[in-house]
Amino acid sequence: MGLEKALAKQGFLLTKVDALTNWARANSMWPMPMGLACCAIEMMAFAGPQYDVSRFGSEVFRFSPRQADLMIVAGWTTYKMSHAVKRIWDQMPDPKWCVAMGACASSGGMHRVYGVVQGIDQFLPVDAYIPGCPPRPEVVIHTLQTIQEKVKKEHSVLQD
Amino acid sequence: MENQLIEKIKESNFHDKIVDVRSYAGEMTIVVHSQDIVAVCKSLKEQFGFSYLADISTVDHYTDENRFEIAYNIVNMADRQRLRISTFVEEDDPSLDSVIPVWGAANWFEREAWDMMGIRFNGHPDLRRIFLPEDFEYHPMRKEFPQLGIPGTLEMPEKDPPKDYK
Ligand code: SF4
Repeated sequence: MGLEKALAKQGFLLTKVDALTNWARANSMWPMPMGLACCAIEMMAFAGPQYDVSRFGSEVFRFSPRQADLMIVAGWTTYKMSHAVKRIWDQMPDPKWCVAMGACASSGGMHRVYGVVQGIDQFLPVDAYIPGCPPRPEVVIHTLQTIQEKVKKEHSVLQD
Repeated sequence: MENQLIEKIKESNFHDKIVDVRSYAGEMTIVVHSQDIVAVCKSLKEQFGFSYLADISTVDHYTDENRFEIAYNIVNMADRQRLRISTFVEEDDPSLDSVIPVWGAANWFEREAWDMMGIRFNGHPDLRRIFLPEDFEYHPMRKEFPQLGIPGTLEMPEKDPPKDYK
């Protein structure tokens, strides 16, 4: 039974606040592109017309952290850059989620050197890791859906 | 063309400052003593038209003598010629004169050499680190520096945002 049918018959609808907010949040992810290296190219493809992530309820990329709720860290993060990444993360309003895209963001990848943070989870709370060097845009879409599943299971409003 | 250049350099007024001439894979290198570097560069620029300093690179040979090699890659735009000037400094005093008076482009190259290899350039107007944080104590391109760095020497952000964050 579709939503319209139910509404047409009864004129109202019973649900939980959490279910409603989580449904809205999950289907309007606004990613903050933190493109730091080659993975950023695949991240752009993920948002571009060919893979078109809008089909899955993720809207435009937002270059302002204050308008975004999903940070995609795509590429290796140097110690010097990590401060900027953290600062941008701190500026994003709650609730927010974080994806470590690619081997480098997840673990340092092939950049096993003194200047690169060996995995951004050392300073960010990461929700999902994407393996690959670089990952295909399909897997980024899959990760987005994983994050959406996670968002739908959250119980935020009543417990806060 | 390379040979002509070598011949001309051998006849020039600074030929006695040249220790060695090497040619490999079509690339020419002249080796000079580190105290002569500015004089040789100046002559090459003024008499031979090498007006463009493309890069300064450093090598850590990790030997007891002549540990660090500093190579200046220069270009003569008009004649389309390239030349490399190499010089060596010792481990206990890795310093030589800055070539900024000859090529202004040397400024950032020398800062990089200082940052990465710890070569000091006398007379450099602003010899600060260029890549690494100012308070970093090591020179990571030296052979004795561990590849994964020294834990705790590079700062990472706190996990929690600062208390007074707005
Ligand atoms: S994982 Fe591979 S493609 Fe991605 S930033 Fe690292 S090196 Fe580049």
